[in-house]
Amino acid sequence: MADFEIRDLRASVEGRQILKGVSLGINKGEVHAVMGPNGSGKSTLSHTLMGHPGYTVDGGEVTFKGKNVLELEPDERARLGMFLAFQYPVVVPGISMTNFLRTALNAKRGYDGKDKSKQISPKEFRSMLEGELEVLHMDNSFLPRYINDGFSGGEKKRAEILQMAMLKPELAILDETDSGLDIDSIKFVAEAVNRMRGPQLGVLIITHYTRILEFIKPDFVHVLVDGKFVLSGGPEVAERLEKTGYSEWVKEEDAPKEVA
Amino acid sequence: MATAPKIDVGSDYKEKYGFFVPEEYVFKAKRGLNPEIVKEISWMKQEPEWMTKLRLRSLEIFRKKPMPKWGADLSVIDFENIFYYLKASDKQSKTWEELPPDIKATYDRLGVPEAERKFLAGVSAQYESEVVYHSLQKELTAKGVIFTDTDSALRDYPELFKEYFGTVIPPADNKFSALNTAVWSGGSFIYVPKGVRVDIPLQAYFRINAENMGQFERTLIICDEGSFVHYIEGCTAPIYTTDSLHSAVVEIIVKKNARCRYTTIQNWSTNVFNLVTKRALAYADATMEWVDGNLGSQITMKYPSVYLMEPGAKGDVLSVAFAGKGQHQDAGGKMIHVAPNTTSTITSKSISKGGGRTSYRGHIKIYPGANNCKSFVKCDALLLDDESRSDTYPYNDVDAENVTLGHEATVSKVSDEQLFYLMSRGITRSEAETMIVNGFIEPFTKELPLEYAVELNRLIQLEMEGSVG
Repeated sequence: MADFEIRDLRASVEGRQILKGVSLGINKGEVHAVMGPNGSGKSTLSHTLMGHPGYTVDGGEVTFKGKNVLELEPDERARLGMFLAFQYPVVVPGISMTNFLRTALNAKRGYDGKDKSKQISPKEFRSMLEGELEVLHMDNSFLPRYINDGFSGGEKKRAEILQMAMLKPELAILDETDSGLDIDSIKFVAEAVNRMRGPQLGVLIITHYTRILEFIKPDFVHVLVDGKFVLSGGPEVAERLEKTGYSEWVKEEDAPKEVA
Repeated sequence: MATAPKIDVGSDYKEKYGFFVPEEYVFKAKRGLNPEIVKEISWMKQEPEWMTKLRLRSLEIFRKKPMPKWGADLSVIDFENIFYYLKASDKQSKTWEELPPDIKATYDRLGVPEAERKFLAGVSAQYESEVVYHSLQKELTAKGVIFTDTDSALRDYPELFKEYFGTVIPPADNKFSALNTAVWSGGSFIYVPKGVRVDIPLQAYFRINAENMGQFERTLIICDEGSFVHYIEGCTAPIYTTDSLHSAVVEIIVKKNARCRYTTIQNWSTNVFNLVTKRALAYADATMEWVDGNLGSQITMKYPSVYLMEPGAKGDVLSVAFAGKGQHQDAGGKMIHVAPNTTSTITSKSISKGGGRTSYRGHIKIYPGANNCKSFVKCDALLLDDESRSDTYPYNDVDAENVTLGHEATVSKVSDEQLFYLMSRGITRSEAETMIVNGFIEPFTKELPLEYAVELNRLIQLEMEGSVG
């Protein structure tokens, strides 16, 4: 069994079944890409894995580090080592990014407001933060800003990866991280993710386009169509999609138009 | 091995100050309200005749005025069952052991120092901050600033006092201002001379004693031309009192080019009816800012107002109200544009939880001829569950030309998306909710001195955990 194991996962939104039996194993050190056309269930997969209350699990299993993930609250999943980089990061007014990052980091370390020894020291926090900001080509000015408030598309996505770098997950799900990014931003984001790659991290990249996979090379690629994997393989699957798109599985006229 | 002496700060006040020596007392506290009690209060304080007469006249007005029919339900107040004047020693009759456990627990959680707790809980009559107070007084006196309690001001500055007292809020203004004028005791008196800026905020805290923490305190602030002062009343720790009615009056005069900021953080125990009248007069190019935070109490009715008397005057109200189970916070603000080219803003933030109820009630009045005025009202309500309630009652009367009037109101709930986002980073649900609430009131918190802001955030956290009240 892989470190992170999804077995026959079925999930629905508002009574409509979107995931119709997805199975996937991700070991630490591996990068998997899930590709699919619009409406194939990509967002449902990422949200269900992280435990969004709007998604109902109809069947199947998800295990991580021997734990039944589906029984856990989103915060418990995060403290177990899972991370989701959001496609649409949420605005939370009145809370600075610094405060947010520190609170999240302390939560991850098991600090509950009582045992001060678990709390990150200001010095350690600052030096960690400065290092990661540099990799992402971000400056300090965004730290006092409210969570995602008034951020450009690129800033939001970089801020997601910054959070990932600070929280050091063991399984990271990147949900359409490349959408809405210019090429420079994609490079910075990819560079940051590549730096984190290693034997302690499993990555699941969810994407419509192959573009980000040019910068973050996947070990495995899975094609999701209508809630099921229709093809799995190595990096060559992405190359094939680059040429033919999803036309093998979806008629172009049926495919919803990409708005982004 | 030597045993450390048991430190029990405040327990020796009796001996030290003789508060418990019964022979000292001629005045015996009685419940109820009648001319004899009012006369006794005035006599106890050795007041001039004009004040005694004003008190008696105010009592008549109080009796004639009907109870307000709007706002919260006040019919349960039994005016005959209230002590209208207590000497500090009478208030001290409680012991620490008699305090409700939730109040004690809150002091623990907030980390309020021992001496301060006893004061806040009404167990001791004074709080040891005299050292701070005295060094501050020296500095203020050098600048000609008067900062004292209102009773002393009547005695020590009779002319200044008489010139302004009751001019902003006359006894006949409303039922509770009449009551306050009849039985007032304690409060702060501040006079800032022309052109003087008081750089550090003046806090009632520095010279806090049971007298000015009374139920019917009276505050009078006069900012002379071009001066500046920031006054802070209250504190975030819950103030425990067995008295159920708090009805204060605050009068402020801000003269030409002066600026006054009045910050309140109040957290009465949840048995208290908090009915306060606050009003300021702002003259040419003067600025008056009310920063008003209301937590605690069973019912609060409070609408700080600014009368914009001359061109260029500016009024601001920034308020936050938190209503938990069984609480009703009916708060807001009033801006009365008397002169042209005056501006005002009201920003109201309210949070309701566990069936609590908040109301925004505001009045913008622009008099005929007060042309070119601008006023903007923004009220945001956050409901934390389905049982809680929030209402908005804005009243606008505009009788002038070329007026810009804006009103924006939002009611929101803690969104699932925000919760999910924060929780996906490992933050627990309750901590995430607290963060969202603290974020919601951040426009208020950021106006507070740092130590108050930190305490307020901590208090919100306690409220969110449901461990308060």
